[in-house]
Formats: sequence, structure tokens, C-alpha cells
Amino acid sequence: MPFVTAETQQKDYDVIVVGSGAAGGQSAYTLAMDGARVLMLEAGRNYSATESPMFRTPDLAPLHGADTPDKPFGFYDATVDGGWSVPGEPYVRASEEDAGRFEWWRARMLGGRTNHWGRIALRNGPYDFKPKARDGLGFDWPIGYDDVAPYYDKVELLIGVYGSNEGLENTPNSPPGCLLPPPKPLVSDHLIRQRAKKLGIPVIAGHRAVLTQPLDFKHLPARLHPGNAVAQKILTDDMRSRTPCLWATPCGSGCAVRANYQSTTVHLPPALKTGNLDIITDAMVYEVTLGRDGRANGVNFIDRRSAKQRHATARVVILAASACESVRILLNSKSPQFPDGLANSSGKVGQYLMDTVGSSVGGQIPLLENLPPLNEDAAGGDQMYVPWWLYREQHAGKLGFARGYHIEFGGGKRMPGPDTGAGLEWLTGGSYGAKFKQDVRRYYGSFVWFSGRGEMIPNDKSFCEIDASVKDKWGIPVLRFHWQWSEHERRQAAHMQRTFADIIDAMGGRTQHAVQSDGAKAIAPGGSIIHEVGGAIMGSDPKSSVTNSWGQTWDVSNLFINDGAVFASNADKNPTLTIMALAWRASDHILGRMRRKEL
Amino acid sequence: MDRRTTLKWVLAAGALWPPRRNQDARANEPAVGRGYGTDPNLAVNHPAGELWPLTMTGAERRLAGILSDIIIPADGFSPGASAAGVVDFIDEWVSAPYSNFQRDRGIVLGGFGWLHTEAGRRFGKAFIEIDAAGQLLICDDICDESRAADALREAARFFALYRDLTAGGFYSTPIGRKDLDYIGNVPLVGFAGPPPALLKSLGLL
Repeated sequence: MPFVTAETQQKDYDVIVVGSGAAGGQSAYTLAMDGARVLMLEAGRNYSATESPMFRTPDLAPLHGADTPDKPFGFYDATVDGGWSVPGEPYVRASEEDAGRFEWWRARMLGGRTNHWGRIALRNGPYDFKPKARDGLGFDWPIGYDDVAPYYDKVELLIGVYGSNEGLENTPNSPPGCLLPPPKPLVSDHLIRQRAKKLGIPVIAGHRAVLTQPLDFKHLPARLHPGNAVAQKILTDDMRSRTPCLWATPCGSGCAVRANYQSTTVHLPPALKTGNLDIITDAMVYEVTLGRDGRANGVNFIDRRSAKQRHATARVVILAASACESVRILLNSKSPQFPDGLANSSGKVGQYLMDTVGSSVGGQIPLLENLPPLNEDAAGGDQMYVPWWLYREQHAGKLGFARGYHIEFGGGKRMPGPDTGAGLEWLTGGSYGAKFKQDVRRYYGSFVWFSGRGEMIPNDKSFCEIDASVKDKWGIPVLRFHWQWSEHERRQAAHMQRTFADIIDAMGGRTQHAVQSDGAKAIAPGGSIIHEVGGAIMGSDPKSSVTNSWGQTWDVSNLFINDGAVFASNADKNPTLTIMALAWRASDHILGRMRRKEL
Repeated sequence: MDRRTTLKWVLAAGALWPPRRNQDARANEPAVGRGYGTDPNLAVNHPAGELWPLTMTGAERRLAGILSDIIIPADGFSPGASAAGVVDFIDEWVSAPYSNFQRDRGIVLGGFGWLHTEAGRRFGKAFIEIDAAGQLLICDDICDESRAADALREAARFFALYRDLTAGGFYSTPIGRKDLDYIGNVPLVGFAGPPPALLKSLGLL
């Protein structure tokens, strides 16, 4: 049954899953492997990672692969029909000022943004689920780390995540056997680790969803699907067919050998093999439909190829369309019973939108000049990272901002591209000619960069709503975004700048510009880190939250939100692993309730 | 580039040499064709000129080649920029139908006009006709924006962009990768990390 159309779809699905990325892929996988009949609807086109332009070099691409408005992350980026803008599908910003601007990255393709993501896969820690209990700000989740930990284990085992267990504060260890060995550090990683240590900053192995060795297909399927022989067989075959990392060619272009996690290479193939999953692509869901009993009975969508409105039915509806798109669907699902949008009796749908605080500094390191030829493609980035390390000082109120950040960094002799040799005047005094060629050789591979990724506290000035007049080319009302950072985020961004300059200084290096001490100028615009979550937060009170701890909406018992919209806080840890863990947990819950005929 | 800026350049150069005809109009010509869209075929080669027409004139391409080779000449390690195809790259760049590339088009073609005017003012010839020593005299004045005379700031900005484009077009080719001893982009069975002897020599082991 795999790929169907609006015409050939079945009538008796157990569950509709809207979206095919991290949340949709995980939900469909968990449900289909356990026997539920699932219909997945994806707004974009079908996509296979066999399209990945692996090993293709910049000179074969237009403009040697440079970023353009059509492909903002470069020609070879895996994103299809997406970016900061999607043709024919606008959104509205309430402010164009940097401080109030929100950017929304979308992808219209099977697998969504998992096809190009950075593959950084960090667990939230115990503090991250109960931040208000710790400092009085924001919201606590109705669940704690112990509720999610078993699902972090499962996701790591299924998708394959490298990393190490260091026992650091609020930086959880994984149980034995969960993590794959981390890749060897680059020369620049070694240097950063050595010099950061002198500043009291810990540098440890990164956690990324990249196979540094084959998955243990002999044991993992039984551990993941106990008592389910069919699922074990399918997963055994699938894990065997994944190739470990080739130590070359960027992850963000997609991986045809399936060495890293994309929904399209890891979740969907085994889910399809069960025969329990149907997928309709080019299906733009705009509304959840209700039966007379007040329960969801399906969704309305636009078949993008015919531009016709279509309907699909199921016992349960899961929204996994990405935080903002799921919010948009809820707010556009208006009825006499729900005039303000579905599942919105709290008035909280669209509220508490969060992104990650981002700020970066680059530097040039004389010690890394003129190194011998080295192949430093490695695992494609983030061999190592810095977890937040100032919990004690922060808790004592010494930092002036309430939440932490981790540091991602990089360096090395990366494949030369259309920006190689550019902007060197600050080092070369404007050389050209033979001297310029010598300079480029000298400086190639001697640059490092540091990016902070920090926690934003939810606030009532950062939200989205339906714009009163603008519609997309399908006639669907679009989102209007409001954004505001608080002093906590601005001070955090300024702290990042100082810290990165200190590390570069400790490496004997230089920054091109004076670091930005004004946090408002140091912070990247909202949405630009592409970690947007919230908008339909989970809680323990129907008056102040949209879903319960299972992602089940308070107002509609068979409507679930399985994506980042339910996040009640946005820890510094990149959200994707947590999205998958929550989607697996919610899907297990849905399976149990369907078995008990409660859904 | 707007007309005011172009005029400013022409005035800055002294305008003794007749400005090339339609110099500012040339820099402001709208792009021809469309971009490659949000779902281009990533698996096939796209030689310059295939997706949108190249728009530099023969004279502009000759000047582009000479200037690129002044910035990246052949040396004992590798050929010069034009031999690596940089002129096609820059022509594709300034012809690209995207607004940010159109900004660069204005700067590059405006800068070509300035070079022409400046060469005429100082040597009574077009830039490509003066000898290498004369060409370098002009480049020396504009190779570093932070040291350039106020009147030459715009021209120095042009030179900085042109050097960036030349480098980007050169080092992203097989010739450029070889020049930098880049040895990646090959599948490996495992990643061994840097040699211990190197780490030791850097005090990292």
C-alpha cells in the first residue's frame, strides 16, 4: 500500500499523521510497526535520499554552489521547495526590525527538515523539564526527565547517535549500548579542548545522528520491539542495509547510503515495509474536521497537483506538521463549536513560541597555519561540543541571565567553496598577486568559529496568529508572527560573545571584529536558528495549556500534537531528539488506548 | 548600483578620459532569465550560461580575465585564475537573476568603468592596453579599503569584491582544491584523525 493518492486512499485508517519529518516519521514508525493502519499526509513532494548530490563538487553547480534566494543554504542543500520563503506561501511579520523579526524556515518535501538538519541529537536534562521549579521563570512540563528517558534510549538505538557519557550536570548519560563511539577530533578540536580547559570550559564529544559504525542489527530490534517478531524482522533487515559514515560529503545534502538520520532514510522505509503505512504527498492539510460527537474524524487538504480540496478520515488525528504549521492548522479549524480555532479553549494556541538564542564569533589561529595536507571532512561537523557549564554560578544569580547555552564549533581544512579566500584583508593588508596565493595557502584551515545555542524563556510577546487578510496560493489564511526577546536572552548572547573571544584569545588567535557587548546586536533574529517550538504547549491545567502530558488536546480527545508545538520550554539542547522521543511516547500511549477501545 | 554612485566614481577618477558609453546603464541592466527555482536538478552539471545567459561583453570578459590573473597569477604551484575558468564564473555571477547578485553586478561593472576611466586619466589608454607595471600602480591604490584614499573608497570596495569573486571562483575548482592540497571528498572506511606526530609537534598530545 505505500504511496497513494487522494483517490486511492483507504477509508478505514486508524490514525492520520500530518507531516513526515522528525515527529511525523517517528509517529508513523511507532504506530505502523505495532500494527496500526496509518495515513501520512505530506504537504511537499515525494523525495528520496537517492537524489542526494553526494561527492559532487562546487564547480559543477551554478555559481559554484553559492547561496541564493532559491537555495539559501547553497545549491546542494537537500531542502526542496523551501527556505526562508516558500513560493506562493507567504507569512506575515508584525515587525521588520531585527529585535522583533521572526524568520520561518520550511521545507516542502517528504521528510521535511530532517533531510538537511545538522544531526545534532542532545537529550534534555532533568532541569530542562522543570525550569520554573528551579528559577521561577517560564513553565514546568507536566512530565520529567524520567518519563522521557526510556524514549531517548529507544530513539538513540533506532536512529544511531554518536557521543560519550561524561556525567556532567544536567547533561544526561545514556545507558550502556545506546551511543555509538564518537569520531576522532580534528586538530582544531584538540586545540580548542586544550585551551578551553584552562578557562574552565569543558569540551566533550558531540552527539550527532551519524553512524560511526554499523548498527547492532542482531540485538537492537529485539530490544526495541520485544514480542513483535514482524517488527524485529523488518528492522533487522533495515538496520543491516544502512551503511556507516563514509567520512566525506556534507550531511546537509542528504545521505544516499543512509549513514545519518533523515526521516526518509530511517523512519519511513521500515514503516512502509509493514504494509500498514500509506503516504499521500503534495497534500496540504489546512483543517481538522469534527464529527457530530465533537471528536476529530479526519482532515481536509488541498491536493497540490489538482488544486482540489480533499478529505481523509481516521479514528485518531496526529498533527506533526512542525510547531507553527500545526498551530496554523488548529487556528484555521474554525467551527461554531470552536470559533477561535480547534483545541483553543485556553486561548493558548499560537502562544509561547520559542526559538534558540544564537550568536557566533569566528577567529583566525596562527598555530593552525601551514599545517600539512589533512583530510578533515570527518563526520561532517560537531565532532565535539561544549555543554552548558555554569549551572552553579547561574543558580547563584551571578550571571544576570537565567538559562544556559551550549557551544557548537568547527574548524579544519573543509572543502574549498565559493567563499574560500574571501574577506582576508584584515589579515593580508589587501594582498593580491603571487603574495595573495601564498596568503590563501597559509590561512586555509586556520579559521575556527563558535556558535552559542541558548535557551529562550517563553514570553507572551512571542506568538503567532492568523493574519486577518493574507492567504496563500491555495486560499489558506497564513500566520502572522510577533517576536520579542527578554533581557535574559540578550545578556546570554553578550555572554556568548565574550566567552568565544576568550577561547580564541586562549588559542593565541584573533577575532576580525571587536566582540559585540550589546546583546541586542549580538543575538540572531527569532526563528533563524530553526529551532522554533511551542505554540500549543503541554501542561497540567486545561486553562493554561493546549495538551496534556501525552500531547492529547484537552478539548478534542482523539486529536494529538506530536511535534515541537507542545514544548513548554526550549532548553539549549537542539529539539529534534526530544521531538522524536515525545512522538514515540505519545504514539505508544495512543496504541494502548486504541487497544483498550478508548480511542 | 545607482546612477549617483556611478557618477561619483566617474568624477572621482577625474573624468579626463571619456567615460565608456552607457557605463552606468550597463551596470544597471536588468538580468535576463530566471533563477533555477526551489527544486533544481542537483545531479547534473550546470555549466555557466546554461541556466541564464552570460551577459558580459567581449571587452568586459577580456578585462575580467586580465584582472583575475593579476589577483591570482600562475605560479610554481598552479595556473592562474582565468585558466581555472574564473571569467565564466564571474560572468555567471554578475548575470545571475537574483537581487543580491545584481548588486554585485553593479559594483563589478561599475568598477570596470572606473578602471577604464582611471587608466585613461593616468596613462591615456584602456586598462587592458597599459603595461603590467602601470596596471599594478592602479591596483596598489585600491587593493586595501582601509588604506585607500577617501576618493578611492568605492573603487577599493569594487576591488575587494572582485578579489573575493576571483578567489571563490578559483579555489572551488579542481585546480584550486589542488593548490590548497585539499584531499577530502573521498569515501573512507574509517576516520583515523590527525597523525599523532602532528598533534605532538603542536603540543596537543
